[in-house]
Amino acid sequence: MSASSEVILEARDLTKHFPITAGVLFRHQIGAVKAVDGIDLDLRRGETLGIVGESGCGKSTTARLLMRLLEPTSGQILFEGNDISRIKGDPLKQLRRDVQIVFQDPYSSLNPRRRVGTIIAEPLVIHGIAGDAAERKRKVQELMDRVGLNPEHYNRYPHEFSGGQRQRIGVARAIALDPQVLIADEPVSALDVSIQAQVLNLLRELQRDLGLTLVLIAHDLSVVRHMCDRVAVMYLGKIAELASADELYSMPRHPYTGALLSAVPVPEPPEDRRRPRHLLTGDVPSPANPPPACRFHTRCPKVQPLCIEQEPPLEKKSDGIGGLVACHFPLTPEEVAERLPPALARRGG
Amino acid sequence: MTETPLLEVEDLHVSFSTDDGVVKAVDGASYSVAAGKTLGIVGESGSGKSVSSLTALGLTKGRNTTISGRMLFAGRDLLALDSSEIRQVRGNDLAMIFQDPLSALHPFYTIGNQLIEAVRAHQDVSKAAARARALDLLELVGIPDPAARLDRYPHEFSGGMRQRVMIAMALLNEPKLLIADEPTTALDVTVQAQILTLLQDLQDRLGMAIVIITHDLGVVAEMADDIAVMYAGRIVERAPGRELFAHPQHPYTWGLLKSIPRLDNPRGEDLTPIPGRPPSLINRPSGCHFHPRCPYVRDEHRRVDPRMQSVGGDTPHEVACLLPAQTRSAVWQALSRGDSVQQAQRVARDSARAASNTSESASAAADEQQEVQP
Repeated sequence: MSASSEVILEARDLTKHFPITAGVLFRHQIGAVKAVDGIDLDLRRGETLGIVGESGCGKSTTARLLMRLLEPTSGQILFEGNDISRIKGDPLKQLRRDVQIVFQDPYSSLNPRRRVGTIIAEPLVIHGIAGDAAERKRKVQELMDRVGLNPEHYNRYPHEFSGGQRQRIGVARAIALDPQVLIADEPVSALDVSIQAQVLNLLRELQRDLGLTLVLIAHDLSVVRHMCDRVAVMYLGKIAELASADELYSMPRHPYTGALLSAVPVPEPPEDRRRPRHLLTGDVPSPANPPPACRFHTRCPKVQPLCIEQEPPLEKKSDGIGGLVACHFPLTPEEVAERLPPALARRGG
Repeated sequence: MTETPLLEVEDLHVSFSTDDGVVKAVDGASYSVAAGKTLGIVGESGSGKSVSSLTALGLTKGRNTTISGRMLFAGRDLLALDSSEIRQVRGNDLAMIFQDPLSALHPFYTIGNQLIEAVRAHQDVSKAAARARALDLLELVGIPDPAARLDRYPHEFSGGMRQRVMIAMALLNEPKLLIADEPTTALDVTVQAQILTLLQDLQDRLGMAIVIITHDLGVVAEMADDIAVMYAGRIVERAPGRELFAHPQHPYTWGLLKSIPRLDNPRGEDLTPIPGRPPSLINRPSGCHFHPRCPYVRDEHRRVDPRMQSVGGDTPHEVACLLPAQTRSAVWQALSRGDSVQQAQRVARDSARAASNTSESASAAADEQQEVQP
């Protein structure tokens, strides 16, 4: 993947707060879920950027903000240098041609009453491309062939397809307009193990052939490592760590990243079945009321008084190891060695 | 295994008649679990892995269900018990935790209420004693401030905490066997690690046997002593954990192992998906059920139905595959050094040719297997 240094999509201090309201007659806001709370992110043309984190960390909200399915509460989103954070109408419609999304659930993201041909053709109709019916059909069948569906199944309904095939329909619809950026939000987590690889391979192949820039949202760290050039780890609406995949998986700096990697079950029975793990205690705190200063301090094994007083910026550490990390006391190489699964440590990344 | 197993399942068949035809959810599965050990059952959706354990608990009985075979639990055949007898076993000696703790807990009752009910269903004790027992268990599974939590409702707990409550409920009557059906699938990875560690820890302390049902090879690798791989209602391979991952024998197991991205593989390689999709359980493929998706299929595999056979060697390893043993080991060697499926297919063909030159062992192996009834 030839990722250039040209930034195609950029988020600057982006926030999205969902209001929590109370009252029936007099609805008033009593708080806000801070789903995304100040992130800076740049997406480079041609690369695959992974966003990982646990449920509620804001990864899906980030995806929806980046393609403007949601309007940000504050901050800016720039597409090819133009501010798209508040656009409406025609400019927004134009943006849809450039940035598309594949959703997690291939069952609820396809209209069960429409034929597959109609579903895939819909973006073409909306944007007035591929004029007459015959032309449209040809184009749709090309797309179906492209994503590995039988073009003769043009007239079938979604329920006649398996989960993996439905996800291919979703992909065909997303690439119908020749977008520059494709956002895939947990594209394989609803699929069976043996089918996941089919869809992941398809996404990689499309990226190679069409020169797509890909944003992959996932909770599965192995999938992200396999697919991505760079990875952002999110925790409670903030980016905890942003690094190249090679760096992140061999030298994680944030204690949260270390804990995530330590928790991944590796399909190789360990020599000693009870390998010591660096488990996090407790659950993710509520994003409506995140802990002050460093948000991870309530679960962090390395917490110090400073972490409770001052929020760490996302920065490259002065020791030059690893990528960008938002932590006052990042992991040392010795601590990383303790945390990585034996198989990963052996490879050295 | 020389010790008598705690649960021994022999030739279990479970089928459901539906408007579309008879769904053979489990089609001749045999496995066993020794006391204090962990069996992992791996398979995709529709492989019959959940149905077989629901049947052990008597939860699949119904007008449209046909069940045959034997399920011996501590010497008693669970399938022969009537509904009042199975109620004595269920939740007592044999307990289960489910994938989704939110739908498995009653939303209108407090956690305490539900735990107390489960104790008093099996033990003739006072409410206060049952409450004390519930409190002990909540503490055992690591719920902070259990006394206050006892009077809370399920929606007030997080996903991980709910699964801990489910585990506490399953353990109330000190079961000999705990069946965990995808216990961590709905949970985040850090919480999953907590729950798996908790299960191992409880097993060490209480000495119960565990059957863990999952689609995640990583989870079974860390949890299970023995692993059974299920496909289309049958067990296609069974071996101790380390043996299965070191010398897998079935093409479906190879497919599973090679189709998932792993943290310890080189980055950027293409994955090798298993082509096609799991078969319909109403119209199963003839012969070996895996043959339509198997890259190493030969003509006779479409007709001959493989039986479980020992692989040989010191470890108890069985597989239901018609490929000759030397072909299987040659193919896995190729796959594990990173060869593509096409290269592995070539290895399989070469190996078959070599075998047929020396003897007619390839076809002889097939002839030993029973022919499918037309």
